[in-house]
Amino acid sequence: MTVSTEIKQLVVAKTGNEAMAEAMRQINPDVVAAYPITPATEIAQIFSSFVSDGLVNTEMVTVESEHSAMSACVGSAAAGARAMTATAAQGLMLMAEILPIAAALRLPIVMPEVNRTISGPINIHCDHSDTMFCRDSGWIQIFSENTQEAYDNVLQAIRIAEHARVRLPALVTTDGFIISHAMETIKILPDEEASAFVGAYRANYSVLDNANPITVGSIDLQNYYFEHRLPMINALNEAKAVIKQVGREFGEKYGRAYDLLEKYKLEDAEVAIVCLGSTAGTTKDVVDTLRARGQKIGLLKIRVFRPFPVEDIAAALGGLKAVAVLDRSDALSGYGGPVFTEVCSALFNSAARPKVINYVYGLGGRDIDLHMLEAVFMRLLKIKDGGDLGQIVDYLGVRK
Amino acid sequence: MATLKELATQPAGEKFVGGHTSCAGCGYPNIFRLALAAVKDPVVVVGATGCCEVNTSIFPYTSWKVPFLHNAFENSAATCSGVEAAYYSLLKSGKIQENNTRFIAFGGDGGTYDIGLQSLSGAMERGHDMLYICYDNGAYMNTGIQRSGATPRYANTTTAPVGKVKPGKMQKKKDLAKIMVGHNVPYVAQTIAGNAQDLVKKVEKAMSIRGPKFLVVLATCPLGWQTKTQDTVKLTRLAVDACFWPLYEVENGKYKLSYDPKDKKIPVADWLKLQGRFKHLFKPGNEQLLAEVQAEVDKDWADLKALCEFHSKQV
Repeated sequence: MTVSTEIKQLVVAKTGNEAMAEAMRQINPDVVAAYPITPATEIAQIFSSFVSDGLVNTEMVTVESEHSAMSACVGSAAAGARAMTATAAQGLMLMAEILPIAAALRLPIVMPEVNRTISGPINIHCDHSDTMFCRDSGWIQIFSENTQEAYDNVLQAIRIAEHARVRLPALVTTDGFIISHAMETIKILPDEEASAFVGAYRANYSVLDNANPITVGSIDLQNYYFEHRLPMINALNEAKAVIKQVGREFGEKYGRAYDLLEKYKLEDAEVAIVCLGSTAGTTKDVVDTLRARGQKIGLLKIRVFRPFPVEDIAAALGGLKAVAVLDRSDALSGYGGPVFTEVCSALFNSAARPKVINYVYGLGGRDIDLHMLEAVFMRLLKIKDGGDLGQIVDYLGVRK
Repeated sequence: MATLKELATQPAGEKFVGGHTSCAGCGYPNIFRLALAAVKDPVVVVGATGCCEVNTSIFPYTSWKVPFLHNAFENSAATCSGVEAAYYSLLKSGKIQENNTRFIAFGGDGGTYDIGLQSLSGAMERGHDMLYICYDNGAYMNTGIQRSGATPRYANTTTAPVGKVKPGKMQKKKDLAKIMVGHNVPYVAQTIAGNAQDLVKKVEKAMSIRGPKFLVVLATCPLGWQTKTQDTVKLTRLAVDACFWPLYEVENGKYKLSYDPKDKKIPVADWLKLQGRFKHLFKPGNEQLLAEVQAEVDKDWADLKALCEFHSKQV
């Protein structure tokens, strides 16, 4: 990657939550409606101090629940405002009813979301069960590997969600505590540059336009509903090209390019791990270690889970011999995690396809370490060499 | 206060128009027609899922000649607070011009007394400039007459049906106006569309105040109440004369009666007997139930009068 940027970026130490709040300050949304929940509380809390100190023009709506947070965001966005909120786990679940409504009304609400295990039992630590529970809600889902990506992704999400060909809500995740509360050195854009990058928001319609009154949220029956769903489905597909374009532009301007996927040492790899979020960082270390020992291994990081990058995943993995998909949640479908089944689905019609196994790991914030990942690679290498596929779905790092 | 004739002949035309699919004799269309006629400023309406929303916005048609937004069942107040916040934010940052836009959220009794109570409570506490109108027909009429927190005691509903051992809903109706008074909002009132002047006066007063306001309006449902469609206006007036549904307002915490039937006060049975949902109360052996309802109404009426009397003496 060549860093050709002349824009002077600031090097700062920030936690994931601080970085996301900082991106929100630079975006300066018209309305933020939020409700506290661990581990995402700090995002709205820090942002509130920006409001109190007059650093943003935002109207802060301190709602009485996440359901109302998302409801108020829908109201604000339908009124032509740029609206944001932040949440995690139970909060996301409480919003769940309104998430598809925001998408169907084509309201580009952007939401930092800190991955946390959904109850029960209650647990405040990281897994992806919350985000996965809402994966079919029509929201774009972008996963971050670290604090830098969390910051960069929030800025890009505004551009993606508000793009004329997309107009859909987007959430940007970090892994609870692992990223949200861990301090890292990151580069942030100068305020005026961040503001210029996200640009001004021009809504397609507004319920504040009294001269041209419109009805929003009509009841839509057998004769029209289907036709109204199709443009939304198409917009999600369109979003893939837009995400790539925005990620490319971000790279050209600021030296950090993004795509739907990140391929790490995959060019000549024979086996690979597929994962999302912070585990990708740990996996890169293991790839480096084993590569030094001559093993042809790599990593495929899925940055964008919704829309699911079917074509890119099939192209990236098709030539491999064996792949392990790591899921930080179990779909409770009787067949492993959601990433696994979707990756399998992406590969099914490919001419060449690898053997695919699944590991569900890290539930409830259980650590994943280098040794576990190394063991996964070792198993993949055995499968590659003709070894038995063994148990397709397995659980990593759990007392059995 | 504008006269009915003035309201009906506004140069800009009516803001809530016919063509909707509400049942004959339905109570809420009059409420919204009158309420919107009484609002002089530009207004945005946010509606909760329910009969009114469903019947007035079947795509590609709409009865709303003002901007109308529907989100879900339990969140019209929260949604409206987002619209209102957006207006003030966009105004503050110079992205829109000031035009004195006002905000109305509504819900039926299900969407207000029950599932939307939290959303309403939050919006009222936060102090948004919003008039919330609850049209209260006393049950989940849209889904087929299930009991709600607003269903009167002993009414027959499909989830608290009159049976061999139970005489309908066993619990008393919630006092929502009182709950809203507890939010310390500047204006709370109870009214009926059957008294157009009272409703219009209250909407006008509410809209003269910046901040959260709450209006609860008794609305007839011929299907759920099992009443004659032509009795819609009469039924709400009788509810007032029976003191089951007193007309009053609470301005800055002070209760004030809008109407006292005095010697025209009728027994509650005169109101109940016109409604099929209460017909079991008039069967031999159920005299005690009827007496119980009358005693409850009398006590509440006496309490309300005493409260109004007390506040009238305060400076």
